[in-house]
Amino acid sequence: MDFMTLLQVLDSTVRLATPLLLACLAGLFSERSGVVDIGLEGKMLAAAFASAAIAAVSGSVWLGLLAGIVSASLMSALHGLASITFRGNQLISGVAINFLASGLTVLIAQSWFGQGGRTPSLMGGGRFESITLPFANALRDVPVLGPIYAELISGHSILVYVAFLMVPLSWWVLFRTRFGLRLRAVGESPEAVDTAGISVVGLRFAAIGICGLLCGLAGAYLATGLQAGFVREMTAGRGYIALAALIFAKWRPVYALWACLLFGLLQAVALRYQNIDLGGITIPVQVMDALPYILTVIILAGFVGKAIPPRASGEPYVKER
Amino acid sequence: MDKMPAWADAVLVPLISILLAAILSALVILAIGENPVEAFNLMVEGALMRSAGWGYTLYYTTNFIFTGLCAAVAFHAKMFNIGGEGQAMIGGLGVALVCLFIPFPHWTVALLVAIVAAGAFGALWALIPAYLQAKRGSHIVITTIMFNFIASAVLNYVLVNLLRPQGAMDPATARFPEATQLPTFQDMFATADNPLFRGSPANVTFFLAVLACVAFWFLMWRTRLGYEIRAFGHSESAVKYAGISPVRITIVAMLISGGLAGMMALNTTMGEAERLVMNATEGAGFIGIAVALMGRSHPVGIFLAALLFGFLYQGGAELALWTNIPRELITVIQALVILFTGALDNMVRMPLERLFVALGRKDA
Repeated sequence: MDFMTLLQVLDSTVRLATPLLLACLAGLFSERSGVVDIGLEGKMLAAAFASAAIAAVSGSVWLGLLAGIVSASLMSALHGLASITFRGNQLISGVAINFLASGLTVLIAQSWFGQGGRTPSLMGGGRFESITLPFANALRDVPVLGPIYAELISGHSILVYVAFLMVPLSWWVLFRTRFGLRLRAVGESPEAVDTAGISVVGLRFAAIGICGLLCGLAGAYLATGLQAGFVREMTAGRGYIALAALIFAKWRPVYALWACLLFGLLQAVALRYQNIDLGGITIPVQVMDALPYILTVIILAGFVGKAIPPRASGEPYVKER
Repeated sequence: MDKMPAWADAVLVPLISILLAAILSALVILAIGENPVEAFNLMVEGALMRSAGWGYTLYYTTNFIFTGLCAAVAFHAKMFNIGGEGQAMIGGLGVALVCLFIPFPHWTVALLVAIVAAGAFGALWALIPAYLQAKRGSHIVITTIMFNFIASAVLNYVLVNLLRPQGAMDPATARFPEATQLPTFQDMFATADNPLFRGSPANVTFFLAVLACVAFWFLMWRTRLGYEIRAFGHSESAVKYAGISPVRITIVAMLISGGLAGMMALNTTMGEAERLVMNATEGAGFIGIAVALMGRSHPVGIFLAALLFGFLYQGGAELALWTNIPRELITVIQALVILFTGALDNMVRMPLERLFVALGRKDA
């Protein structure tokens, strides 16, 4: 494998890691506040459809992005209503949201566009164009660093850069602000937060709102950045891989970046090479497909480090009387 | 006692939840510009008015009974097994292996061996998540989700690389031998002058599913193990105090759960396709969650809920055939049922409880 091939694989790793990273950070905010979210997949899917549909109709990718964020936030609100307001089972609510998105997107797409559950292909202003960073072309001829800058770092759509900037931002919000401290506290010990006179419900809804926003970005990137338009089930389990990455990262933003890049790399390799030949031993493509899940199970099993979720996650908060 | 009567809890709450889901589904149909009344009539016509329609409805019902029971066993032990889909896939692998490699003299023998194989393979796939939950504290929901994807990869590998007949393009096994093919309702009930269930896939496994319901009831409410599972679901500390091992209950409950999911594969592989295809489960593992929630984890409820979903599935297929409403409508309805009977349970329950309390005061 020569240098350019390596760069191409890494380049597609960055692209494929972006939706995972956004969804993973979305789950991070939600779960840090004590609301387990297995509905990431559904929210992403809803956002992917809404952004592609609105971008196709209006011709503006920014309106599409907005629609994606709105639809993912609506799904989040539903999750909040069920799991915070009515103290329902958060897992069941997440499952319901995944099915709701899976069904509704195809239903509405068929009704609006009549193309078998897909949106028309997006062209021109309907997509996020790749951005060429300054001096990318001028520096291309510099050995080693030039191609890395021009191929790997430059030339992505804006949402990719947003996603990577979200990592330090999330870290700063969660670990350096008062809001972040309270958000983490409400996931560990809601009764303490409540005793301090801060609204548990308010904080959890805020966290879920951020989760909706980030899932919206993730879905919009899938349909308008990574691909040109919505097709049914286009998230293809990415929400669950993001969930796996979240566990892998032990609910920490910077670790989340590495986990998502790793899983993105696995996807990129599986996409480029069908079967990998390692001097006599052939690794079938299915192993690459399953590896994120297998790694997560191993991490969960506690054989390599221990993944401990926020203490109050999954439990609705009931005020004592 | 300021509580609702038991009948209201068991019947009224689910009924209202389903009613809410139905109203919302009708609104969805209206929103995409179709007529919900016509759609419903068409579904009834296609699923219930002809014997062939019933044949399909009962075929789907069979799947959903097995996966519903699978989810219900786990619910009784206060676990959430989302892995029914993966366990059913691997169960199918078990069925395919025995059907392809053991020369059976008659379908009855084949069925008995296949039941064991399907159950064992499904249970085995549930064993690792169960062990990890019981011994290492990894959350069963996450591990079973992961195992669904791993199962899909395993099945894909086995079908593409190992079991695919030479020259075949699609990832599927060869056709099972004649002797392992199960009698369909058509074989059993159709006569020369009364061709019932023509061409429909319902088969003898339907009766097996009904038997499983009875066995489930007996296990849960008439045996020591069932009592232990239910007690574990109510209070883990109480169970520990009574000297019952939580590790054993977790693992045994999940083995039963996985085994039931695996047995679903009998219907789809031996009963219908007569070979193992990649997408044999068709999401039935997930519908089991809705079925178990709606049926309140009781076999009678599960049977009725499975019948309802069987009707929805067959009706949905008819809709997709004759109207512009895609099959995904059923996914939406399924989501609404899970939402209202599962997650938004309190939304229905709390006002009802208040109502009954108010009524109770008036009487007193």
